[in-house]
Amino acid sequence: MSTPKVNPVRPTLPSQVVREDEPVLVAAAQSGDVSAFEELVGRYERKIFRLTQNITQNHEDAEDSMQEAFLKAYEHLHEFQGNSRFYTWLVRIAVNQALMKLRKRRPNVVSLDEEIDTGEETVPRDVQDWGPSPEDRYEQTELGGILSKAIAELDPPFRVVFQLRDIEELSTEETAEALDLSIPAVKSRLLRARLRLRQKLDRTFRRSEIS
Amino acid sequence: MNCKTLVSELENYLDKELDATLRATIEEHLSKCKKCRLIVDTTKKTVEIYCNSEPAPLPADTRKRLHEALAQRLRRARA
Repeated sequence: MSTPKVNPVRPTLPSQVVREDEPVLVAAAQSGDVSAFEELVGRYERKIFRLTQNITQNHEDAEDSMQEAFLKAYEHLHEFQGNSRFYTWLVRIAVNQALMKLRKRRPNVVSLDEEIDTGEETVPRDVQDWGPSPEDRYEQTELGGILSKAIAELDPPFRVVFQLRDIEELSTEETAEALDLSIPAVKSRLLRARLRLRQKLDRTFRRSEIS
Repeated sequence: MNCKTLVSELENYLDKELDATLRATIEEHLSKCKKCRLIVDTTKKTVEIYCNSEPAPLPADTRKRLHEALAQRLRRARA
């Protein structure tokens, strides 16, 4: 049997491509061009709302966090030095706003930087094939609901790390810095999150469920 | 290499953060173990599905409130 080839987990995605005009828009906004800032808001509002919604799991908190993130980004725009993508900088602001809301509403929630026992991962049982594109069996809205429900069921320390690494596409280092976690802590949480989400989606996507 | 070790290295394997020797050991195991191939494939697919998913449009009233708040702040900037 030939050695299987595994491609990098991240495909080339539109969201990975820094749109060429982003630095131009940011520079214009920093010079006082408010329409340039409005353009940046329009470009990212959906993604930032999904981010705050996934972290807070509360519509009102998600909306407030998003608003505060954009307003804070505007207030501090002069401090953005272009060392990272503007979007990465914005994500970090939004994560902080959303985490503050989450902690306020759920003070007993485990702290993100607290030592948690991620334990040894067990080997999943009853593993089945999903087929090449299991997501294509669902309409966009239905798929969105399936993905949101699965991520909502993760505990916050796993949910937030997965959100930043695998949805917002921050690097391990950027995620660690944004959440004030060590790199090994990010990796162990990410592994647990990925395996748990795999397990949750397995109920929906396993090939044997195709009617 | 056994299935348990593979799962513990899964995150590094998917993110291509392994040295060549360990990667080769994992791929050797994968060539023989169908269950681990399925674990790798479905975990990889899980990440790809989330990574590729498009955010839903902002609810109209949420968008309206966001842009009103921004307009108020930007008016102050223009003044």
